[in-house]
Amino acid sequence: MKRLIALLMLALPLAVLAADATPTDLDPVAAKRAVDISAQLRCLVCQNQSIAESNAELAVDLRRQVNEQIKAGKTDREIVDFMVDRYGEFVLYKPPFNLTTLLLWLGPLALAVLAVVAFVRTLRARNRAIVERPLTDAERAEAERLLAQVSKEQG
Amino acid sequence: MSEALNPDGVPPATEPKSRLRFLIPLAIFIVLAGFLFRGLFLNPREVPSPLIGKPAPQFSLAQLHQDDQTFAPQQMQGQVWLLNVWASWCVACRQEHPLLVELAKDKAVPIVGLNYKDKPDEAKGWLAKLGDPYDLSVKDRDGRVGIEYGVYGVPETFLIDKNGVIRFKQIGPITEEVWTKKMLPMIEELRRS
Repeated sequence: MKRLIALLMLALPLAVLAADATPTDLDPVAAKRAVDISAQLRCLVCQNQSIAESNAELAVDLRRQVNEQIKAGKTDREIVDFMVDRYGEFVLYKPPFNLTTLLLWLGPLALAVLAVVAFVRTLRARNRAIVERPLTDAERAEAERLLAQVSKEQG
Repeated sequence: MSEALNPDGVPPATEPKSRLRFLIPLAIFIVLAGFLFRGLFLNPREVPSPLIGKPAPQFSLAQLHQDDQTFAPQQMQGQVWLLNVWASWCVACRQEHPLLVELAKDKAVPIVGLNYKDKPDEAKGWLAKLGDPYDLSVKDRDGRVGIEYGVYGVPETFLIDKNGVIRFKQIGPITEEVWTKKMLPMIEELRRS
């Protein structure tokens, strides 16, 4: 009995999760669109949740707005633009590619290229150091002395 | 042991150029620390409004005290005015309120209240208790006009010019400092133009 209760309690959060953001008065295709659009939009009150996940009042209102606009026959693009016009590009979880976000999008790529260039250069410099600088006579003599010492110890 | 030989077979770093290389991580650290330090003083809740410089969205809503009368922003054409979003359930509005009452007493600027997602009775009670600084308040019961104005927290205040263009948006309570340093000079300038 105890186990059953525990199991039911564990299942409880799942039920809550499923209830989230699922518009009931839309057909399945439109409902999926509503959830997809909502998942792209940041909840400005909570900031680290999308409006699909959040239960903040504003998120509820904005979900309603999304549902209504879908019913009114708006395209996904139009609905997202509606939000951006009012709340700014910050509402988009995936920032658009433009001049202000250039560094954001290309920064990691530039860093990776820089790292590869630095890596290749280091490797080449090392090769050059080994190949282009043969041992001097003194070094060779020292090396032979050490090797001889080792083989004597082993022998 | 001769100094010229080290385990990697790399010649020892003698040129000053390679010595400077060791300063690169320090330089990167300083730049990074600079950015992070700056970040300490940024408020992530202050999202710049895309509505600045755009015409204030139109609406027509019933007034809080005179339910049979509506208000629309174009009625304020020719005046510099404030649209203040407030609610009786909003704690920060309580904090802001004395300043608004003060401004209203001085007739500093017309203030229209957008009573956001509130119950009319509670809103009226709140104003009766704390003072009513608004020329009038309108009821945005379901928050639709709030969405048009990109409201995501209360209080928010929009400064609107004679031509109905939004010039400034204050997110959160108007403080004494914001009023004297930013809003008042802007209002005076907008009145002259």
